[in-house]
Amino acid sequence: MNSNLSDYRRREQSITMAPLQEQLSDVETVGQELFTINFGPHHPATHGVLRLLVTLEGEVVRDIKPIIGYVHTGIEKTAEDKAYWKVIPVIERMDYLSYYFNSMAFIGAVETLLEVEVPKRAQYLRVIHMELNRIMSHLVWLGTSALDLGAISMFWYCFRERERILDLFEFSSGQRMHTRYFQIGGVIEDIPTGFAEKLRAFVEEMPTRIDQYGALLSRNEIVLQRLRGTCPLNAETLLTLGVTGPLLRAAGNPWDLRKAAPYSSYEDFDFKIPIGTVGDNYDRYAVRRAEMYESVKIIGQALEGLPEGPHITSDRKVALPPRHELATSMEALIHHFKLVTEGMRVPPGEIYYPIEGPRGELGCFVRSDGSSKPARVHMRDPSFVNLQALAHMAEGSYIADLIATLAMLDPILGGIDR
Amino acid sequence: MEVRRTPTGHESLIHRRSASELLRGGDINGLTVPAQELTGEELERHVAERVLTTTLEKAVAWARSNSFFPATFGLACCAIEMMSIVAARVDVARFGFEAFRASPRQADLLILSGRVSIKMAPVIRRIYDQMLEPKWAISMGACCSSMGVFNNYALVPADKFMPIDVHVPGCPPRPEALMHGVLKLRKMVQDDPDAGWRERYGAIGTEEVLTGEGYAQDTAVNVPRGSDTTGA
Repeated sequence: MNSNLSDYRRREQSITMAPLQEQLSDVETVGQELFTINFGPHHPATHGVLRLLVTLEGEVVRDIKPIIGYVHTGIEKTAEDKAYWKVIPVIERMDYLSYYFNSMAFIGAVETLLEVEVPKRAQYLRVIHMELNRIMSHLVWLGTSALDLGAISMFWYCFRERERILDLFEFSSGQRMHTRYFQIGGVIEDIPTGFAEKLRAFVEEMPTRIDQYGALLSRNEIVLQRLRGTCPLNAETLLTLGVTGPLLRAAGNPWDLRKAAPYSSYEDFDFKIPIGTVGDNYDRYAVRRAEMYESVKIIGQALEGLPEGPHITSDRKVALPPRHELATSMEALIHHFKLVTEGMRVPPGEIYYPIEGPRGELGCFVRSDGSSKPARVHMRDPSFVNLQALAHMAEGSYIADLIATLAMLDPILGGIDR
Repeated sequence: MEVRRTPTGHESLIHRRSASELLRGGDINGLTVPAQELTGEELERHVAERVLTTTLEKAVAWARSNSFFPATFGLACCAIEMMSIVAARVDVARFGFEAFRASPRQADLLILSGRVSIKMAPVIRRIYDQMLEPKWAISMGACCSSMGVFNNYALVPADKFMPIDVHVPGCPPRPEALMHGVLKLRKMVQDDPDAGWRERYGAIGTEEVLTGEGYAQDTAVNVPRGSDTTGA
């Protein structure tokens, strides 16, 4: 064995399947011996490039060791080399199903350091887009999870609604994914004419669509057999592991940062926190489905109560001046030049800004040394923390339930590896 | 062969009939080669090679290019957009590419959808090698074509470690853009499967081979050795 290798590499390479296969040939020992299989990183049920080393006794899972890092992109390090407002595009690409949340966590942290006041209209627009994103993320989760359970038609229904949401994103920002719509101090542009009507039609239609998903799945015999009572984990263990989001709420703990520590005007809206009872896979499904109704309610309220006013702060040290001012105002031209070439200088300090992402507490830690680039950016990604709970959930259950549990866990490898 | 559905199929039917006539002393219509000078076995071989096999190849290329079996292989953001080409709006089934295969052994199209880290690159190479000929690869998105917005220590562009037939730009590309890329590849396969565009960048003969009794190529690359599970 090469001694230059790190402990991790040596452990990874020491895993060999040859002796286990030899033992299997001895018929009498089958059922008593442990059997380790490699699962991933290329496997359609891992929702990305997750690799699991699963130790089995017969069909029963005895041990799970996740191996991550297959989409490590070095985003946190790259962020240290970019001006604050140029960090937003790379941060958005971490957890690729919750791009609005990624940028919100980072922007919220920087805004707190800068002590910028965000106009009310921008806060409401952020809420609308974040809740649309939450529905979109849950739709992709529902479609692919149902696919893992063998229900292919759910995939088409969910992606049909996802396309409608992406059309709205494209309408307001020009991009389907990774929109870079949120800007430090507000949002990049006000919503275009006609956006409100399209959004209103969506808000009216979406609850009936979620009803349809429920009619297809909630009392489906196969879904009940695969999900009900499988791989439960109680709220105390989940809290010890640091698990948040729908997984914790499915176990009966109504912890939601939108209620517990409201940000971006979430205190203005009337919505409920759906919780489960026993914390099994069925509760995880039911909680996420119920959350989609609540998100639609929030969007409806934010749209009706959308205040008039500017969409971005008027602080010229933070936000770009309007285009027409550049032709007439020398100051605007200087501010524009300084922002584009150097970026904004952020006062020294450090901040942790947590928000409620679709998968749980998504926090961004930013440390500033007073320059125009962050000294450190770190994300507390919920997928990474939630993945710890997988072994606790699935140990002692069948390997088929492991697939269902992994689907209900909803890990996004882009967020885990960053 | 369904002769009426391909422009060359009709031709092939005429040729086959006239070839059998020729063996009884007839004439080959529309052939530019001086086939009249050939006789007996030589003529038969000439007809089999020059007329029948070329048209058969075109028919096979036509069939292959209209039924790619992509591998179910997602890496990052682009994988979500790759899934949407199967969904209702861009419905890839219209062109016959909807049968995504979980095993690389059954797939003939690898869509690299997302960023390729240095840790993942050997895995992807092995998946590509596990696919059987004929096979093609599409690099989807900026990351696996050129490392995209990140361009840092962690990533590697796909062209560095495997042959790519079509690059689709975008971050991530729209489903329509990926569809355009797949149709470009279809055109390439349909038009000229023997143009040499795959030999040029070493895309031929990369299949993973087995060693041991009955398998000759012990020195071949891409062979898994014993209990080696690294990069599995």
